This record gives sequence, structure tokens and C-alpha cells, in this order.
Amino acid sequence: MINRLFFLLGSRALSFVSELGKILLLFIRSVVWTFIPPFRLRNFIKQMEFVGVNSLFVVVLTGMFTGMVLALQSYYGFKTFGGESLMGGIVALSLTRELGPVLTALMVNARAGSAIAAELGTMRVTEQIDALEVMAINSVQFLVVPRIWAGVLMVPLLTAINIFIGIIGGYLVGVVLLGINSGVYITKMTNMVVTSDLVQGMVKSVFFGLVLTLVGCYKGYNTSGGAEGVGRATTEAVVVSSVTILISTYVITSLLF
Amino acid sequence: MIRLVNLNKSFKSQRVLKDLNLTIPSGKTTVIIGRSGGGKSVLLKHIIGLIRPNSGEIWIDDEELNQLRERDLYRIRKRFGMLFQEGALFDSMSVGENVAFPLREHQDLKQSQISEKVAEKLALVGLTGIEEKMPSELSGGMRKRVALARAIALEPDILLFDEPTTGLDPIMTASIDHLIMETQKRFQMTCVVISHDIQSVFRIAHNIAMLYDGKIIEEGTPEDFRRSANIVVQDFLQGRVNEQAH
Repeated sequence: MINRLFFLLGSRALSFVSELGKILLLFIRSVVWTFIPPFRLRNFIKQMEFVGVNSLFVVVLTGMFTGMVLALQSYYGFKTFGGESLMGGIVALSLTRELGPVLTALMVNARAGSAIAAELGTMRVTEQIDALEVMAINSVQFLVVPRIWAGVLMVPLLTAINIFIGIIGGYLVGVVLLGINSGVYITKMTNMVVTSDLVQGMVKSVFFGLVLTLVGCYKGYNTSGGAEGVGRATTEAVVVSSVTILISTYVITSLLF
Repeated sequence: MIRLVNLNKSFKSQRVLKDLNLTIPSGKTTVIIGRSGGGKSVLLKHIIGLIRPNSGEIWIDDEELNQLRERDLYRIRKRFGMLFQEGALFDSMSVGENVAFPLREHQDLKQSQISEKVAEKLALVGLTGIEEKMPSELSGGMRKRVALARAIALEPDILLFDEPTTGLDPIMTASIDHLIMETQKRFQMTCVVISHDIQSVFRIAHNIAMLYDGKIIEEGTPEDFRRSANIVVQDFLQGRVNEQAH
């Protein structure tokens, strides 16, 4: 019984480490192939549109309601000891440091990370990736490189938009709906949020952008087993990325700031 | 000439290729026959370096694939074309874009020259004027023909076919066979075809090799195969179930 338990734990740990290693190797190969011509700018722009522009609506919507509900909740909490004036700062601080980057990444992951895994997975099982290789085109350079750099670039931009919209949402609820003085709200916000908070948010979102596209690419690229395999790869990509995002936000905060 | 020397390949505990030796002559059509799941596709993917062997050598003329750096492997692959089982057309691109794809990637041509070549290759496979269609709008046979047009776009020396007639009706099978023969003759290509469609094999092959239990157990002309005394070969050709052998 104990033996079995250790065996199970050991094999799980080994497969986790080996998977992590393979993801890292894919990343290194992608970095190397980034600097080898031909540079496919069109592919990159297409992926930026897919990861970035097409996620805009859902990111704006998430930002707006996150800001609004944050304002509402903190208002009721702070009201009990007369601290409503802190609301602007609290809303802006939570958004820039934590909620903006994490929620944006989770939304982009659900939309684009899953789609990347499904698209590459389908290409793998229908031999389209092999067809690329046979045509003497490096499939990592053609498929993975534009997607991960699009993620690294677009997720921070989306995060910035998400934070900005969230702050507007918080302002609308706090000032317009609940009647907090506009000047107090903005002053508290500008006093409490400093540059390092913004840096922290952006560092996280760059990392999240890399994680969600890299994991999506890895899972899709290594799909096997037909339609069922594509489904499995997509689910795994979303779950692994989401969990990594949630765990790493804590790790990054505790290590760097 | 393609030479496979003592090729071994295992997937986990399953040995798929066992010390396999095979020589494929230039400018001829060689068909590799064998049972489904017997490793024929694996063998074909070794020839183009999509799968690496556990041991053994793969010679394309005087270059050994396993010794090559990635860049040289891609240089060699430009000499190849491959028709996949289901066509493997890029479904995000139209038919015209699919056929134009290798030309855009590897040749410095103007748009008008590319369009001209695409039309020419599509005409060659009997599909004129379907450039704007998407792969999802095509039947299985049409998809394979478009894939063939894409495979020959760069006019390669060596063309590989992975079960080109599987899943097609007899008329379409005959038409694909005819296309393979025509293309081989016109460009004097080395064709390697994987098939278990006996009628089709005897129609197109200059040489046949039979893969059985991870090895090539018989090689020769179609006539040699018809006269073969090997019981496994005869069972396969005549579709007999031999309880002892299987």
C-alpha cells in the first residue's frame, strides 16, 4: 500500500518534471528560431490580432465589472469604520497589482490559449504540421514563434486597458452611484498607487502572456489521438495555464516585491 | 537513390522496424506493401526525416540523414514532395493559397508567376479554376488531388505517397493511379508509394517491396511478386487469412 503510494507520487513527480523540461525546451527552440530568417511579420501581426484585438471586448467587459464590484464591496466594508475615502486607492491598487493582470490572463487564456491548443492540435492530428516540415518549413518557427511573442506583447497591453477600464468602473460606482467626493477618490488613488505597483502588474502580465501561449502551443503541438486527443489537449492547456497563472502570481509577488 | 540500412525503430516496447534494409532506385515507382499498422507509414516518415530511427542509416544519394544538421535536413527536404493520407491541406488557406504556399516560401516569384504556376499544377491534376475554394468544401478525392498539386509545386526529385487511394471509390482510385504514373513519367521522379490496394499496386509499380514483421521480406518487379513462392506474399496478394502466420 505504502509502496504503491510512493510509486504513484514518484511517477507523477517525474512526469511533471519531464513535462516542464519539454515546455522549457520548446521555449528555447522558439527563442532561437525567432532570430533566424525568414521573419514572418504577417504571421506575427495576424497572431497579435487574434490574441490581442479579438480579446479586447471580453477584457474590457471583465475590467469594467471587476472595478465596479470592487468599489461596491470595499464601500460596504470601509463604511463600517468610516474609511470610504480610501476606496479609490484600494480599487486602483488591487487592479494594478493583482486583479488586472490575473483576470486579463485568465480571460485571454480561456479565449486564445484554448484556441491555440485546439488549432495546433488539429494541425498535428491531420498531419498539417508534418506537411509544413516536409515542405522544409520549421514548424516551431512558423507556428509557435509568432504566437508566443504575440502573447508576450499583447497580454500586457490588454492588462493596461483592463486596469484603466476597471478604474473607470470603480469611479462610476464610487463617485457617481455612491456619492464619494471625486477629488478625494482621485487623490487617494494617485497617492496610494506608485510606479512599482504598475511595474509589478506589467511584469506579471508579460509572464502570463508567455505562459498561456507557450502552454497552448506545447499542448497543441504534442497532441496525439485524433479528435479526442485535441479535446484533451485543449482542456489540459487551459487548466495548466490557469493554475500556473494563479500560483505564479503569488510566487512573483513574494519573490520580487 | 534512397538506401535504408539496418533501420531499427521502437515505440515504447513495440519494435516496429527490425534491421530493415531497402534500396529504392531513382526515376522509378517503388511501392511498399504490407498490412495495416505494420509500420509502412513509419518507414515512409523515416525517409524524409520526420521520424528518427533508434539505429541505422538513411542515405539520400550520398548524404546520410541522421548525420545532417537541421539546416541541411531542410535543404534535402526541398528535393521531396509528400502526399499525406488525408491530404494534410492547410484548412485556414484556400486551395490556391495551399498550392502557392511552397512557391511563396522557397522561390522568389512575382504574384503573377505564382498564380500561373498554381493554375498549371491544378490543371495537371484535373482541377481547373478551384483556387478560391476552401479545403473543407472539397471531396476526399479532390483534396488528395489538390495535395498532389501542392506536393509537385516545386517539381521535386522524390515524391512520397502515403496510401494515396485509401478510402476512394474504384474510379477515383484509378484516376489517382493514373495521375501518379503521369507525374512520375513527366518529371522522371523517384516515387515511393505506400499501399495495400493490390490492383492499384500492380498498376503503378516498377518495383514492389513487402514489409512484414518489421522487415522487407521480398523485393522485386510486379512479375517477380506474382511468381513469388513466399507464402506470406501470396497470402497478402490473394487476401487469404493464414492462421499460422497471423
